[in-house]
Amino acid sequence: MTEQGVWTLAWLRFSRDRVGFASLMVVLVYVGIMLAAAIGWLARDWSEERGVSYAPPTFLGPDRSAAAAAIAEQRGPGDDYGIPDPLAADLAEIAKGLTGTGASEARSPTLAFGADKWGRDVLQKTLKGAQVSLFVGLAAALLATLLGTIFGALAGFRGGWVDDIFNWLYSVFTSIPYLLLVLAVAAVVNQKGVATVILILGLTGWTGIFRLVRAEYMKHKVREYVLAADAIGASPARRMFVHILPNVSHVVLVQLSLHVVLFIKSEVILTFLGFGVGVDTVSWGSMLAEAGSELLLGKWWQITAATIAMALLVTAFSLFTDAMRDALDPRLR
Amino acid sequence: MTLLAIQDLNVSFGAVPAVKRISFEVDEGASVALVGESGSGKSVTALSIMGLLQGAAVKGDIRYRGERLEPRRLRGAEIAMIFQEPMTSLNPVFSVGFQIGEVLRKHLGLRGRALRVRVAELLDEVGLPPGRADAYPFQLSGGQQQRVMIAMAVACEPKLLIADEPTTALDVTVQRQILDLIARVREAHRMALLFITHDLGLVAEIADRVVVMRDGEIREQGATSQIFAAPRDAYTRALLSCRPPLGRRPKRLPVISDFMDGKPATTEERSRGLSGDEPAILEARGLAKNFRAFRAVKGASFRIAKGKTLGVVGESGSGKTTLALLLTRLHEANGGEVRFDGVDLFKLEGKGYKRRIQIVFQNPYASLNPRFTVGQILAEPLLIHGIGAGAGDRRSRSLELLDKVGLPAGALDKYPHEFSGGQRQRIAIARALTLQPELLILDESVSALDVSVQAQLLNLLQDLQDEYGMSYLFISHDLAVVRYMSDEVIVMKDGEIVEAGPADELFAHPRHPYTQTLLASIPGRAV
Repeated sequence: MTEQGVWTLAWLRFSRDRVGFASLMVVLVYVGIMLAAAIGWLARDWSEERGVSYAPPTFLGPDRSAAAAAIAEQRGPGDDYGIPDPLAADLAEIAKGLTGTGASEARSPTLAFGADKWGRDVLQKTLKGAQVSLFVGLAAALLATLLGTIFGALAGFRGGWVDDIFNWLYSVFTSIPYLLLVLAVAAVVNQKGVATVILILGLTGWTGIFRLVRAEYMKHKVREYVLAADAIGASPARRMFVHILPNVSHVVLVQLSLHVVLFIKSEVILTFLGFGVGVDTVSWGSMLAEAGSELLLGKWWQITAATIAMALLVTAFSLFTDAMRDALDPRLR
Repeated sequence: MTLLAIQDLNVSFGAVPAVKRISFEVDEGASVALVGESGSGKSVTALSIMGLLQGAAVKGDIRYRGERLEPRRLRGAEIAMIFQEPMTSLNPVFSVGFQIGEVLRKHLGLRGRALRVRVAELLDEVGLPPGRADAYPFQLSGGQQQRVMIAMAVACEPKLLIADEPTTALDVTVQRQILDLIARVREAHRMALLFITHDLGLVAEIADRVVVMRDGEIREQGATSQIFAAPRDAYTRALLSCRPPLGRRPKRLPVISDFMDGKPATTEERSRGLSGDEPAILEARGLAKNFRAFRAVKGASFRIAKGKTLGVVGESGSGKTTLALLLTRLHEANGGEVRFDGVDLFKLEGKGYKRRIQIVFQNPYASLNPRFTVGQILAEPLLIHGIGAGAGDRRSRSLELLDKVGLPAGALDKYPHEFSGGQRQRIAIARALTLQPELLILDESVSALDVSVQAQLLNLLQDLQDEYGMSYLFISHDLAVVRYMSDEVIVMKDGEIVEAGPADELFAHPRHPYTQTLLASIPGRAV
């Protein structure tokens, strides 16, 4: 017999699951990107207009028709008459003052994974978007899990009128169609931004977790180890959070991780509908929102970049959650 | 004639051997008991005969009527099995009539009226009214469910019935009825019986031959009379003597290791009973508890003498456990009064009184928090009640208690799942002792344990009582154990105390008819 804690055993089981372990690595890479972007090591100048409008990815080569149009634009319409634009120098000066770079400075005809309408690098946008999307997903899931766990613990452990109140709240929240509820909260908060999205998702997303945690607490509060804790004089709060919580934590963790995935997708939908992050920030949702009109012009790179980034993260996170659920399942006798 | 012959049977799970080269035979119409403690491989043997083992490597020769056994073909028709937990063996969404009928449809092809008639016959044979065919498992008691299982087992008139601890989950009076029923159907159908049990008392009644198993090996086999009269193996002798005897009360129960080491058994006797002038530690008057309309405890009045043991016996649903939960105030009482050391227990405020009354529960697998180390489990009560100066002091107190209950110091940093059932129960006892209670409630605390482990724990509890002068409320359905441990005994039935008195007196001359029935149901009383 070795001295192994429950968590050590869970970790041993988890690390034996190769798919789960690889997924964890992918998730960690994303978290790394999120942190690097947040402190400015990565994609700091994502909003810089470095390429020509809709510059295609490098591996496709420059867009000939676009390049021709750009040259035509540079020459200007008056050039045909042999008279130079008298304001050209002033305009260039103003442009330089505005953007900090010379307008005359050559914009790249191609970028690594193309550019958007304003010539911003799609790759940089995707990285920066990862920061916002993943942060929103994690923070909102944390908030929802926190609310769901505390409400569920109180309702399940206390029972009686406390349970009734929380159940009533739960019924109210779940009786309103989800999008309507989200829009209602958005209207009340009446502010655009990352914090708002987190609040919206967190305040509306706790209901499922509440139900599960409540059921777990109802099951555990009559178990003998909790009675034994009562018998030695442990307070209700101690029984709820020191004794029962670690024993239901696998449920909470799995829910947390499931909700991260759910909220990353929700953020995309919210932003797509125009209730998400503002225009001054970029997320995968805002990239997808722009992509609608781009697709008509055949500019597929932005939607592709955002989709791949999101699909990879969501899949990895889901697989990671599955592996975690298997590992944490307390089959210890 | 030999019906079933097992030759050199080996069963292993991965690298772990569960059964090691065992051989025995079951004659036609004979009754063989497979006896052993948990982990002895007795159930695994039965399951491998039935071909029901999954994920195990089964090697060896099992012959049925001289031919190699094909469990798939014989299962249900020639060989039938009943299990310990009738509730989980029956499908909850089908009526019992349907489930009995299913066997008949599958094996005998009965349909329609003939099927209904046969189901009614079978129900009648196992002592259930034919109308119960439409009942669902949850509408039946444990004993009735086991009757249904027996009806299913004998439906096709098998030649061999394997019964795996069929009465362990049942009350003693119900156990008596089921044993009688098994004996009756065996007689009627000339079935052979392979009876698996941990209870040697049962064996004496039901079996002609006994096979004693330990750690996957057969220690001894022979005729029942020979095994009981002159056991040759030390382990068999130990098993026979570590159950508390009904007639006397040795100071210390012999344990397996005594016999294995060849130590002589003590002949010293312990005297129990009250002299009459002991002060009361606890006095209950008219104690009552209702769960909605159900009256779990109906006006119980009793008295526990200081430093003595009050035994509580009763079957499931008699209100024994509710009584324990009321006295520890884990449930609120609906009526009555309890005076603990002269003061009203239900009016005591704060958690101070919790120090003075502690409880040890039945199931050592459920009563320890799996996410706490033993050290944390033992330190917690001290922490809550502010006992001990700092973590170091609490740790040394915990170590002292571990030593007292016979566990090594290394146990402190381990988790409960690393211990056996008996060891876990020692941890639970140590946790109760941390607060140095004056009254310790033992709610079926040794019931889930093997007899040899049970003997060790009973010895431990006796020693602790001698040392600390604690009072015990000893609750059990096991009459022999209660008699052994108690000075006084109360008998509960349906929430009421039907009889109370000094332990020896009550067991020798029971006055209430229910007590008399209970005592008459003890298996192997004659032994």
